[in-house]
Amino acid sequence: MKPIFMTYTKNDIINFCVLMVLGLVIIPAFIKTEYWYTSILIPWLCLALATIGQQIVMGYTGQLALGAAGFMAAGAFACFNLILRVPELGFFGSLIVSGLIAAAFGILFGLPSLKVRGIYLMVATLASQFFIVWMIDKFGWFKNYDSSGIITAQDIVILGVPFTTPLAMYLIIVFVVTILTLLAMNMARGSTGRNWMAVRDMDIAAESMGVSLLRTKVQAFAISAFYCGVAGALFAFTYLKSLEPVAFDIKLSFKILFMCILGGLGTINGAFIGAAFILLFPVLLNSVGNNVFHGAIDATIISSIEQVIFGLLMIVFMIYEPLGMAKLWETIKQKFKSKKSKK
Amino acid sequence: MAADRKFKIGKPILEVKNISLSFGGVKAITDTTFDVLEHEVRAIIGPNGAGKSSMLNCINGIYKPQKGTVYFKGKTLSKITPNIMAQMGLSRTFQNLALFKRMSVLDNILVGRKLHTKTNFLEVALQLPKVKKEEKINRDRSEEIIEFLEIEDIKNTPVGKLPYGLQKKVELGRALATDASVLLLDEPMAGMNIEEKRDMCRFILKVNDEIGTTMVLIEHDMGVVMDISDRVVVLDYGKVIGDGTPDEVRSNKKVIDAYLGVEH
Repeated sequence: MKPIFMTYTKNDIINFCVLMVLGLVIIPAFIKTEYWYTSILIPWLCLALATIGQQIVMGYTGQLALGAAGFMAAGAFACFNLILRVPELGFFGSLIVSGLIAAAFGILFGLPSLKVRGIYLMVATLASQFFIVWMIDKFGWFKNYDSSGIITAQDIVILGVPFTTPLAMYLIIVFVVTILTLLAMNMARGSTGRNWMAVRDMDIAAESMGVSLLRTKVQAFAISAFYCGVAGALFAFTYLKSLEPVAFDIKLSFKILFMCILGGLGTINGAFIGAAFILLFPVLLNSVGNNVFHGAIDATIISSIEQVIFGLLMIVFMIYEPLGMAKLWETIKQKFKSKKSKK
Repeated sequence: MAADRKFKIGKPILEVKNISLSFGGVKAITDTTFDVLEHEVRAIIGPNGAGKSSMLNCINGIYKPQKGTVYFKGKTLSKITPNIMAQMGLSRTFQNLALFKRMSVLDNILVGRKLHTKTNFLEVALQLPKVKKEEKINRDRSEEIIEFLEIEDIKNTPVGKLPYGLQKKVELGRALATDASVLLLDEPMAGMNIEEKRDMCRFILKVNDEIGTTMVLIEHDMGVVMDISDRVVVLDYGKVIGDGTPDEVRSNKKVIDAYLGVEH
């Protein structure tokens, strides 16, 4: 199928329009409860954005990195300090600059990828996770010398208009995530993405074709960290509404890693599917526990069951569908189509 | 054959001088010298373990020889990396296939166009007009190569799913896409049946004939080597034991001994 606009085919554009109508018209019109925005839609989109970052470095470039939450912390605290100290930048300006600051960390912590690979790289990238969080904790300046340890995030104000209701914040996130997703798709489908995948699939051949391993890997780490940084800032300002380094611990990094793998390595839509699954699954399990068993099962047991099922799913996916839910979805669609055409 | 060639065989374009390479105590190549002339088809032959692939890896910069120099296009190269060699116009294929397995045939060949892609990631992300223009040029050239190699019907298939013979073709296609002036082909016909081999020979000669690409190839099938190459260099135990036209090499006593074994 030929692309019509940018790198998008007719089907892509139809999908895009459907999603936009759904996200911007149907959801705001029909969902009135705050719970849906503050506990599901907002964190989902933020984490999906961070997962796109993880996809770029892990799914596309094949570098096993585990430090997404560290970059998110960098982005979140950068955004806090920028709004505090350089108010002229405005919210979106601060968001972009904090992404760039996270990208600088991404370059720094991506450098080990030139020497080590696989599980060893994963250990090396853990440094970003611990170093960034430690740095923020250690130096009071980052937290504006707040002694309580938890800082309240500033209200989002764009051109003098405050965006503080859940719906308004949701709309801001939809705007940012849409743009960044489209840019990520353009890169993934263009020459940039081909270089990433070439490095992933066979680095020595890629180098023989003139793809610079140094530039490609560092670029992937930088772009990945940019996405994580922006996601982290949004996550802190719209979901947590506070800033504390503890929120960006290694658990969050693992969560993003799982979203990436379960969603489907090397796919952009997999980031959204994976994030939705991992975020919604506990909610689903909880409501099943409450509504079916009427609280007969203890909440702690439910959360343990959740861990067990996650672990099982990871193993099952690794064995039977290493390309994750996005691929599963494709296969189902294909089967449906071929059945249709047979009739 | 030589008389009616569009691209006459010219001066040396690639020379290796006194190359020695060892892995720990194992000597892979010892003091090897030979040259490759512009526009010729040059074969490297030799028994298993003679150091042929190691030789290509030295030229291409994957291995760093302990001694010796590589001259390419009149320059002595002090630091060789695969990337530098690619930029200077030398491309290659690999013995054990080094394709991008999860990418389609077309995408594999498009990676070969990397050096003809000047736009950066920001321009690609924003899909500026010049990115589209460049992408179209690269795609057109890739389609041309796909048509030339007669693999149009599989161009959207992930390479990992293709049979071996076709993968070899794709790898040649990717090397061709670089528009390099010298191609190193490491056993381009290994594991192919007679028909596939004939096709491959046809492609190699056609490229050499029409674009004038210099070919350096390693091959085991003697019939093929004698048919398509202008000159042959024979390696055995990491040393050159014969160098010359196919006829000269065929009658060389040392070469016959190396291949048939000799009574001591």
